[in-house]
Amino acid sequence: MTAIASVLFYILLRGAGQLRWEIFVRSPSPLKGEYGILPGLINTLYIILLTLLAAAPVGIGAAVYLSEYARPGKLTRLVEFTVGTLAGIPSVVYGLFGAVFFGETLRLGYSILTGSLTLSLMVLPIIIRSGQDTLEAVPAALRESALGCGATQWQMLRTVVLPCAKRGLAASVLLVVGRITGESAALLFTAGAASNLPRNWLTHPLSSGASLTVQMYLGISNGRYIDEAFGIALVLAGILTALYFLTGALTAERRDRGEDSL
Amino acid sequence: MMHKSSSLSAKRYRLSDSLMYWLFTFCGISAVASVLGIAGYLIWAGIPAIREIGLTHFLFGTSWRPTGPEPSFGILPMILSSLTGTALSISIALPLGVLTAVFMLESPPPVCQILRPLVELMAGIPSVIYGMVGSFLLVPAVGRLENLLFRGNKSHIFTGGANLLSASVILAVMILPTIIHTSELSLGAVPQELREASVALGATEPETMFHTVIPAALQGILSGAVLGIGRAMGEAMAVMMVSGNAVNLPLPFNSVRLLAGGIATEMSYSEGLHRKALFSVGLILFVLLLLVGLLPEMFLKPKGGGKHI
Repeated sequence: MTAIASVLFYILLRGAGQLRWEIFVRSPSPLKGEYGILPGLINTLYIILLTLLAAAPVGIGAAVYLSEYARPGKLTRLVEFTVGTLAGIPSVVYGLFGAVFFGETLRLGYSILTGSLTLSLMVLPIIIRSGQDTLEAVPAALRESALGCGATQWQMLRTVVLPCAKRGLAASVLLVVGRITGESAALLFTAGAASNLPRNWLTHPLSSGASLTVQMYLGISNGRYIDEAFGIALVLAGILTALYFLTGALTAERRDRGEDSL
Repeated sequence: MMHKSSSLSAKRYRLSDSLMYWLFTFCGISAVASVLGIAGYLIWAGIPAIREIGLTHFLFGTSWRPTGPEPSFGILPMILSSLTGTALSISIALPLGVLTAVFMLESPPPVCQILRPLVELMAGIPSVIYGMVGSFLLVPAVGRLENLLFRGNKSHIFTGGANLLSASVILAVMILPTIIHTSELSLGAVPQELREASVALGATEPETMFHTVIPAALQGILSGAVLGIGRAMGEAMAVMMVSGNAVNLPLPFNSVRLLAGGIATEMSYSEGLHRKALFSVGLILFVLLLLVGLLPEMFLKPKGGGKHI
């Protein structure tokens, strides 16, 4: 009843929105005269890569720590509580923090690097939490059999637990990629608003660069690129849907494999 | 399943083990360090402005004119707007969400198979997109409603639809997937015996649902609501695009500015005391969120104990 109405409500909302989304995928054309999203795509890619580079190792490491090494006690509870708190902080606040800390205190200014470092803090709790879930889902029987064969803890992790959790960890990373792609508030004050093609592929992270989402937001709020912004929205929606299906494919296979390995 | 390998002692250690142990512990500590760092920094950066402006004047002042001839930094309207907007959005989203979860549980699998991915997709849509759709679909509609209601009214400042009402609706839509997801999980976790006992006692299906199952799942549903509230209070981008961004007291057809959006709007051109004040706003937001997180702890504990049969 009410529920059916609400479902129709979202379908209507998104369907009507889609009517406005023209197929504006004129990718390989930079600014000034022709609107293009190539710089936005490149910037977004840079941001995703750098953020993952910073956040994934520490995040997965912390997840391993929490699920494998930590003894139940004060320290563990403290870590889990702080991770939970970190997850609840709104993105604007991260943006504020990042802009001042990375941008001014560390003198990085408006740059992709600033944005990535800020985002890596933001996604850290997500990686830790979902990594922890994945690792804890590895069946106890596998661990015990490894230890029973005389393996040390690290050997057990290296040869049994981690390979088994590989898929789930990859899925967590993909989840985070989705989050990064859609993030705009934190990036607005940290990564800047420029839409330039990289002049030097190595030093590009040091310069200002708008991600797709920021480009979209600026297009709308300035009022000049409204239709194009909807085009970007369509591209973003496409990317996110693709990520969604990819994640689904990864986790589905894992379910089958788990039954075989026992 | 929870498993801690410390229950089985791995008796053989090598250097690599100790190394890896310290490596992973270091990662864990880094996580804590970053949270403490951010929280500490926020406090450290937010306090100076509050000290300069004066706590009561900051929290309870009603005039926010940071760049005016006599700068004043009262954020009461923004606090009230955030609270009201969030309250409105949760009162729309909670019933709708719970009912949708009920609908999903009670209907045949094909319906669920379509709805569940839809809900998950909704959860992943970036906030800017919600903002855009909101400003192009919702705002004009609300604007027309506004014209209808206030026709001929000389004292009303017309917002053209960018007001508290729009912000609340957009927030409601944004937190809906969260609420549906947690409600579905909680409702699904209610044991079948409870339902069967209720029907055996003569209750009809709707009666069973509303008087037995939902109360049993209440704790889970409410924790989902708290998550939703947290999301709504922190949302900046979508809200900025539909709420009007003038600092006013919260009335449904007033152009308002919510706390999170307020930070984002002025961040880029603020300087000096203004910028420090923005940090203080961030600090207040952080405190409010902590309070929201702790609230269920205080209220749910006594209630939850009495629901067992």
